[in-house]
Amino acid sequence: MSDRFSPSRPARPRWSYARAQQRLAPYLFTSPFFILFLVFSLFPLGFSLFLAFHLWNPLDGLGNWRFVGWENFALALGARDQFWVALKNTVWIGLLSGVPQHLVALPLAFVIHQFLRRWQTGVSTVLFLPYITNAVAITIVFGMLYSENLGLLNYLLAQLGLGPVRWLAVPELVPYSVGAVVFWRYVGWNVILYLSGLQAISEDVYEAATVDGASAWQKFWFITLPLLRPMMFYAFTLTIVGNMQLFEEPFIMVGQGGGSGGAGLTSAMHIFNTAFRDLDMGYASAMSWLLFLAIFALSMVNNYLFSRDGGREP
Amino acid sequence: MTSKPLRAAVPAPSPRTPRRAWRSPGRILMGLFVALACFLSVVPFYLMFVWATLPSDQIFAVPPHLWFGSAIAENFGKMMDATDGFALRQFWNSLYIALLATATTLFFCSLAGFAFAMYDFRGKRAMFTFILLTMLIPPLVMDIPSFLVMNNVLQWIGKPRTLWVPGMANAFGIFLMRQYIMAALPRTLIEAARLDGATEFGIFTRVVLPLIRPILATLGVVTFVGSWNNFKGALIMKLSEDPTMTLPLSLRRITGGATNVNADWGATLMMVVLTVIPLLVIFLFASRQVISGLTSGAVKD
Repeated sequence: MSDRFSPSRPARPRWSYARAQQRLAPYLFTSPFFILFLVFSLFPLGFSLFLAFHLWNPLDGLGNWRFVGWENFALALGARDQFWVALKNTVWIGLLSGVPQHLVALPLAFVIHQFLRRWQTGVSTVLFLPYITNAVAITIVFGMLYSENLGLLNYLLAQLGLGPVRWLAVPELVPYSVGAVVFWRYVGWNVILYLSGLQAISEDVYEAATVDGASAWQKFWFITLPLLRPMMFYAFTLTIVGNMQLFEEPFIMVGQGGGSGGAGLTSAMHIFNTAFRDLDMGYASAMSWLLFLAIFALSMVNNYLFSRDGGREP
Repeated sequence: MTSKPLRAAVPAPSPRTPRRAWRSPGRILMGLFVALACFLSVVPFYLMFVWATLPSDQIFAVPPHLWFGSAIAENFGKMMDATDGFALRQFWNSLYIALLATATTLFFCSLAGFAFAMYDFRGKRAMFTFILLTMLIPPLVMDIPSFLVMNNVLQWIGKPRTLWVPGMANAFGIFLMRQYIMAALPRTLIEAARLDGATEFGIFTRVVLPLIRPILATLGVVTFVGSWNNFKGALIMKLSEDPTMTLPLSLRRITGGATNVNADWGATLMMVVLTVIPLLVIFLFASRQVISGLTSGAVKD
């Protein structure tokens, strides 16, 4: 103990409980995440990657798998399979619901922010309501609205003298019918995102523009849109990532198989069916990794489009 | 935390908006646009409540009934019959899973968020970056692997804990908590508590937790709603048999898909309402908190 020979040092013990627990605390406090991640994410992810190169039915038990190399991936990418059909459906439904979402949410947020401040809290609460609803419950309600002979939608059409539309039975219409529900659920969420983005824009900019005689339209086009870029990037990313994983709405609305013509079969449903109905875990794993790559690629495209010309906002 | 909560923007009507401007056609058009959006947001809710009070044969009547009926008790009875009396049990299953998920998530995420916000320790940056990176994994990719772990390793399939244990400490919650604690709590507060002889965990429970109630409310509601609405997870983990069945799965079973014409719609709509009510109640209490809390730390760091 060198302390004994240096009387200038405080007479504290080298090791104290107080200091030890101060040092250890952050590691202990953050460890639950890492333990859970190890058990429920990292190990499973590795397992799933392993399975993507194997043929395996989970009922056969661990160890009874057969190595097939890239065969699962080749099978998915081969033109005969539903992989491409499902991916096409997913992207199509995603576009049909996602593009209008932002085309409506952005002006809506702008109008609320500019002209309806007094009502802002109430309005945004009402618009946010669809977002928190249970997908199964609300999809059933929409399914009833779409009902062929007795649904409210066709009743209203009949009042206008238009024949009944088979919303969920005509393959060409299914993506629109399903997309409308997805659109309805997430418009409010995007409005909230854009509203918070708008609030972050300084009033001074608008004031200066007003002094210069800018019209409301000019303010929107030359101030709001450019300054909202980071929020738009974030909102687009969430929409892309969410829509590519669309599952519950089509699953409830047109059934597990994707309905007539399989027009409502999304990639998530196809993977689900392969894994949990057909119990072909290796093939399903391979497809889920391919879908991950697709989501990643789309996010990168989005990222590229937003980082291109200028747009370097804090 | 650069953007202000929505509430802050409410009180002062802008002095730059002259009163007569309300009469301009453009303004009226914009008002109608917003009103229509609000109307369309609410209509499906209104319809589900109306339908739940109508006798089954009137739900699809022509012309449609758009006002409340008196068949609540009748529809409730039918719902209980259609679920072999398990409807309330299923409600409870969903509720207790959601409550457990919420309690554990709040605890573990705020604990980790506190550590990342208030301590300096070796590996902190790397650990935090890693946590953020895990958010890039789409949940869909986890479906199969987590089933395999539950089924072949842990043998938890069919048990409620499959739904709340894996998410107890999640990246989103930790990020949200860290952002809030960094902005809201000064480090000197922690030092002061330390000088008073508090242990680190004691500081967390007695100093930090009471001070971060607003963000706890936000994460709490988000977690509760997410867990309550978890359909695919319950489907994969096979909580599809009584007595462990959760409400969304039961709802799907009772209709046999939304296109099934033979389903009993009175019973179905009663269960739809049962599924939505807790969400509405929670949201009415905390919507303002949730909306501002969610967006305040969402984008800008």
